[in-house]
Amino acid sequence: MTTRSNKLFEPALVQTALKESFIKLNPKVMMRNPVMFTVEVGTAIMLYMSIYSFLHTGQGSFSYNLIIFIVLLLTLLFANFAEAIAEARGKAQADSLRKTREETPANVLMPDGSIVSKSSNELRKGDYFVCEAGDTIPTDGEITEGLATIDESAITGESAPVIREAGGDKSSVTGGTKVLSDKIKVVVTTEPGESFLDKMIALVEGASRQKTPNEIALTILLASFTLIFIIVCVTLKPFADYANTPITIAALISLFVCLIPTTIGGLLSAIGIAGMDRALRANVITKSGKAVETAGDIDVLLLDKTGTITIGNRKATQFWPAPGVLPEDLVKAAVLSSLADETPEGKSIIELAQQSNMRIPMTAPEGAEFIKFTAETRSSGINTTDGLRIRKGAFDSIRNMSVAAGNKFSPDVEERVKAIASNGGTPLVVAQNEVVLGTIELQDIIKPGIAERFERLRKMGIKTVMVTGDNPLTAKFIAEKAGVDDFIAEAKPEDKMNYIKAEQQAGRLVAMMGDGTNDAPALAQADVGVAMNSGTQAAKEAGNMVDLDNDPTKLIEIVEIGKQLLITRGTLTTFSIANDVAKYFAIVPALFIASIPALQSINIMHLHSPESAILSAVIFNAIIIPMLIPLALKGVEYKPIGASALLRRNLLIYGLGGVIAPFIGIKLIDLLISLFF
Amino acid sequence: MYLQIVLLILLITAILAVAVIVGKYMAAVYKHERSPLDFLKQVEHFIFRVGGIDPQQEMTWKQYAVSLLVINGIWWILSFALLLLQGSLPLNPAGNPSMEWSLALNSSISFLTSTNLQHYSGESGATYLTQIAVFTFLQFVSAATSLAAGVAIVRGLARKASNSLGNFYSDLVLSVTRVLLPLCLLAGILLMFCGVPMNFNKPQSITTLQGDKVTVATGPVAAMLPIKEFGSNGGGFFGANDAHPFENPNVASFIIHVFMVLLLPAAFIFFLGYYINQKKFSRMIILIMCVGVVLLTIPIISQEIAGNPLQSKMGISVLSGNTEGKEVRFGSLLSSFYAGINVAIPAGTLVSMHDSYMPLSGISMLLGMQIDAFFGGVGTGWINMLVFVIIAIFMGSLMIGRTPEVFGKKITMRQIQLAMGIYIAQPLICLGLTGITIFAYNNLNAAGAAPAWFSNNSSHNFTTVLYEFTSSFAGNGSGFEGLADNNVFWNLTTAVAMMAGRFIPVLGALAIAGIMLRQRPTPYSAGTLQTDSASFGVMLFFVMVVLQVLSLFPALVLGPINEYLTQLS
Repeated sequence: MTTRSNKLFEPALVQTALKESFIKLNPKVMMRNPVMFTVEVGTAIMLYMSIYSFLHTGQGSFSYNLIIFIVLLLTLLFANFAEAIAEARGKAQADSLRKTREETPANVLMPDGSIVSKSSNELRKGDYFVCEAGDTIPTDGEITEGLATIDESAITGESAPVIREAGGDKSSVTGGTKVLSDKIKVVVTTEPGESFLDKMIALVEGASRQKTPNEIALTILLASFTLIFIIVCVTLKPFADYANTPITIAALISLFVCLIPTTIGGLLSAIGIAGMDRALRANVITKSGKAVETAGDIDVLLLDKTGTITIGNRKATQFWPAPGVLPEDLVKAAVLSSLADETPEGKSIIELAQQSNMRIPMTAPEGAEFIKFTAETRSSGINTTDGLRIRKGAFDSIRNMSVAAGNKFSPDVEERVKAIASNGGTPLVVAQNEVVLGTIELQDIIKPGIAERFERLRKMGIKTVMVTGDNPLTAKFIAEKAGVDDFIAEAKPEDKMNYIKAEQQAGRLVAMMGDGTNDAPALAQADVGVAMNSGTQAAKEAGNMVDLDNDPTKLIEIVEIGKQLLITRGTLTTFSIANDVAKYFAIVPALFIASIPALQSINIMHLHSPESAILSAVIFNAIIIPMLIPLALKGVEYKPIGASALLRRNLLIYGLGGVIAPFIGIKLIDLLISLFF
Repeated sequence: MYLQIVLLILLITAILAVAVIVGKYMAAVYKHERSPLDFLKQVEHFIFRVGGIDPQQEMTWKQYAVSLLVINGIWWILSFALLLLQGSLPLNPAGNPSMEWSLALNSSISFLTSTNLQHYSGESGATYLTQIAVFTFLQFVSAATSLAAGVAIVRGLARKASNSLGNFYSDLVLSVTRVLLPLCLLAGILLMFCGVPMNFNKPQSITTLQGDKVTVATGPVAAMLPIKEFGSNGGGFFGANDAHPFENPNVASFIIHVFMVLLLPAAFIFFLGYYINQKKFSRMIILIMCVGVVLLTIPIISQEIAGNPLQSKMGISVLSGNTEGKEVRFGSLLSSFYAGINVAIPAGTLVSMHDSYMPLSGISMLLGMQIDAFFGGVGTGWINMLVFVIIAIFMGSLMIGRTPEVFGKKITMRQIQLAMGIYIAQPLICLGLTGITIFAYNNLNAAGAAPAWFSNNSSHNFTTVLYEFTSSFAGNGSGFEGLADNNVFWNLTTAVAMMAGRFIPVLGALAIAGIMLRQRPTPYSAGTLQTDSASFGVMLFFVMVVLQVLSLFPALVLGPINEYLTQLS
């Protein structure tokens, strides 16, 4: 991805954002954010007061009123800028993904079989097109025929080509990627403008952005604080009159704006957008902001063993013939039974056979019938026309078959099977006409570093569950080696679903990742369902996120992005409210000091004059917003150090820091201002 | 003096120890498990039969709230009528007159809401009938209402995916028969041994040693005292409240009073711990409350013991502290200790004149009443604490990257709305009514028609007004007593504050309980905010203090701080 940049403020984006900051001053837009809306009302009043003080006396000097007006206007603009820059960054990110797929010629396959060249924009859902080596895929779709190597670097940034093929769980192709070899026939799965990416862009842009439940709750909290300070400031007017210390409108509005939580109010929507943007940077398309938020809450993580915990697929590593069986016979039978087997295990058996220096025919005899693997029989194989019945499969299913046919099951084979399983391998037993020929050993290789990641998840309070089709013994071995908390062995699709339901019944939130069509119900059931981009359309529709990298460990990153989002909101809220302590000590003495000189002793910052004190507080209140934009966009770092330790840490930094920082900031600004006043 | 402080600490420790036992007992009572007073079942069954109530019938939060409101409405109408007619009803040996309508309205609302703001004086403003049938009765049932509401809210946290909060009438009756009556009976007898009168005699005329004739009022005092303290009510039999020698004759009765004021608010928190099986959490809350009370009380004690600087300037000894408005038999230390306890807990009984306290003591008093959750009232203290707990959990959970939950129940938009509504009501009513009063005074004064209901123009008087409304809203009922408060203006405005301060938190919290009730709790994980951890405790404490100080600070500066600083210079 060449256009991807990690710089926070790119000149082009800043320019758009600056323009947007003014457009967003529109009260109708501002109304969405109650805190900043009240600031806008205050700003309007100050504009009036500036004009009033130009013509009349009694409300302070014209220049003082004007400066307060300008600072309040800047406060608004800074807040708008924060939102605009977050939007611009998100949009730029999404645009760069979208750019790859505009205006590509497509070879559309007409119902009569002819091929017509059309623009990709004209493709409709249900159309078929073909792509050959060198073509760019015009739009998202699903391969219906053929197999191809595809360069997906435009989307994922990964330069190694991937294989996509019809039927199976890796049948999806993405618009903008390039076919490197072979030829495929693809059916279009989305209408133009309705792809996940389009939906994501709409989410980032203001128009269709929905506030998430937590964002709404926080907005209510902030609006309530605002309401309290309205009460405080409105009643302060008669109180002050009663004490014979009339206060100016400028001072009252300044006090109000300083007290309401403008810092978090101004940054709130930027934080939310930045969360989705960070997800997009991690190459995850989210279908709603809520999904990102929920990700931070996940209690249980369902991970497929293959590709997540272990590298790739299990591979056949060894043929173990039964006593009295020739190695060639076993290998020959194994190859025959695997010829039509599309699973990676099946393919690896053929690979292993090719590596041996036996000469085994690699084509199936004419008229042979292939038996597909089913969860019930737990075996697959072939029936040839000359009466050969070859089956390979799980140990007990083959044994049952063999014993049922009246054959003795060799104890040597049984011992071998146990030995393989206890080493974390998977034994496949091969039988020909119900006579056991031997065992194929399949082995898993656990990804390096995965155990550390699980440890990190455990510290976050997340339970990891490995889902595997392996027998319990093998599953347990791998689970222990990788350090997952639980496993589902011999998993059928409905097992996953039941597990998710059971956890949800107990009140836990579950995340899972999947790609196959049979994962779709579970993806829909899970609170966070991440579909791989290479997965089937059904899976992508069912989940609430799509991972463009097809990286099964991505869930861990998504959880951290979700947590970061919530932490950023929480810490900035605390910071914003803690700031009020110092602001009170700056403004309140300034309000009354003229008529109650004794109040000088609570002017603990020794600010220069009442005017400079109020001005310093308002200026601090304004500039803290742009100073915190980088934090809002990048997010507060999440450290898995345990809930209490994290709370302590963030309370110290943002709570105590929020009390202290404005004392220093306001004093510094006051020193600077006192040079002019 | 140090001996006194050590004894006070021992007293509080003893009260907390008894509160643990009472809390455990209450958990058994409200869970309808076996408890020592089960022989009272006969009595309760009789009450239910007479009232036509099925105590087994479970109620939703709305049914619970409606039952609470309806029966409170009936009590109010009866009390209002009795007060209006008391002069012509029996049991009036002193021949006291009926109440003026606004005073009757204020007094009935005051006792209905467990506030016990008294704009009348018991000796001359009430009859024995109304003392018993209105004031003492309302003190019992309003305390029972507080307990029932508190229990229902605890059930909301405890029950899972349910719809029923329990039965209001059952909770109400059990609160009286199993908790309040037994305790009051015991304490009343002890108080009689201390010298508190219990009779229906006419006021007695006595010739003093000096030779003047004085009229000494007596009456069924011992019957009213225990419930006034146990129920966080605070309405005294006599106008002078606990400073009156017949209400509080000596240090022994003083100790019993402290015991009665603190016991049930503390026991309620232990009850909560037993009921929802969060004992560590309840211990932490008790600790926060104790720290809060101590921090509120220390400034009062130190201010009062130091004495009045204006006096020392004039060369008058201040060795015994600021003695103005204090009873000699209690002195500065015990008086200010009692004042601290009684602003933290809205019994609001007084052994001294708060009006005469040093200016800075006023800060502690206003803050204590405003927070109203450093123990707070029986049942209602927990309601206020729950609001702070929800806000603290909301911010704390976000800070550790979780969406907020309290005991596993998610804090949704609705709960935040309700919690913030309860929280806003306080400054809205207290600051709002003070603002209206001051605004009206400013304008009338400028027009040369300063109203009679407002005495003088000073920062002290400002504090008095703020105190009156804060005390009314908090259900405290104590007064600075510097106001000429028995007139239509004060009677009506404080009545509004009392109604709002009682029913907004109770109904709001019941609604919160109704939402929580339906939820299925999320089990605890290592990523959950630990509500019983020290970090959270510290955070909760600061949330309570900072949130209240933020809304009160400008008023404090213009009131007590202004008075103090001006006095100094």
